[in-house]
Amino acid sequence: MTEGVGVVGIYVRDQDEALNFYVEKLGFRVHTDARNGNYRWLTVQHPGQPSFQLGLFKPEPPAIDAATAQTVKEVVAKGAMPPLVMTVKDCRAAYERMRAKGVEFTQEPTERYGGVDASFRDPSGNGWKLIEAKGAQ
Amino acid sequence: MSSRATDPELLRRLLRAKDRIDAASEEDWPVERLARVSGVSSAHFARAFKDAFATPPHRYLLSRRIERAKAMLRDTDAAIIDIAFQTGWQSLGSFGRSFRDITGESPSQLRAREHDTAHALDQTPHCFISAAYRPDLKTAVSEKRRRARAIRERSQQKP
Repeated sequence: MTEGVGVVGIYVRDQDEALNFYVEKLGFRVHTDARNGNYRWLTVQHPGQPSFQLGLFKPEPPAIDAATAQTVKEVVAKGAMPPLVMTVKDCRAAYERMRAKGVEFTQEPTERYGGVDASFRDPSGNGWKLIEAKGAQ
Repeated sequence: MSSRATDPELLRRLLRAKDRIDAASEEDWPVERLARVSGVSSAHFARAFKDAFATPPHRYLLSRRIERAKAMLRDTDAAIIDIAFQTGWQSLGSFGRSFRDITGESPSQLRAREHDTAHALDQTPHCFISAAYRPDLKTAVSEKRRRARAIRERSQQKP
């Protein structure tokens, strides 16, 4: 095995909605979808990155208390969670592909600093930067 | 006592309006247009936006325009009047006034100062650079003028 970061989670408002978004629209695969009572451990994986899982977690009890969960939901919906970056070989092609599936883009592909980048959000409000790796083509 | 907007569904729709301003701050964004984006009535939009993002929508728009203008002054050799029109102002005069009020210096002063400083920003995604340079508009422009006047008067009173 290799040592390193295995799972990083983001908060989503609805796990079914998030699962549909990340799998159907972005092309991720489900890694783990396990329920224990109310709690649902849900992670997805980028097909090109088998050693890393993106967790799609709902802020709710018992993991956190109801009041804190409400605050977290507000923060996510206001787009105030930390930025996420996805690297692609061809930003414009990825943009066209994702937009055709109904992904909400907040910035069209733009060329700057010798690269191309675009921005989109997931249904919950998490903001992604789509960046074409320099010298990728 | 103001009631805070706390419905995540509403906040998510208000974020959509904020995103649209971010994507095209040079465009006109009357309240009716933003309210439509958010699916909120025009009567409630400005208040709901301010509750959510601590800045009225018009002031947020202004801050984004100034931020873009600053980046263009820094990164391009475009004429200041062209930058003014490209970032959404109707005249060079109104651009210069807003710019000075918000940043404390004129567009040409900022350009001269920035050109003297070396930049190594190409490793940082653009949006994070934008956020770092975003002018902080917590106080109204008129309030800034008032404070500046008060400070001037105070310094004149010193023996």
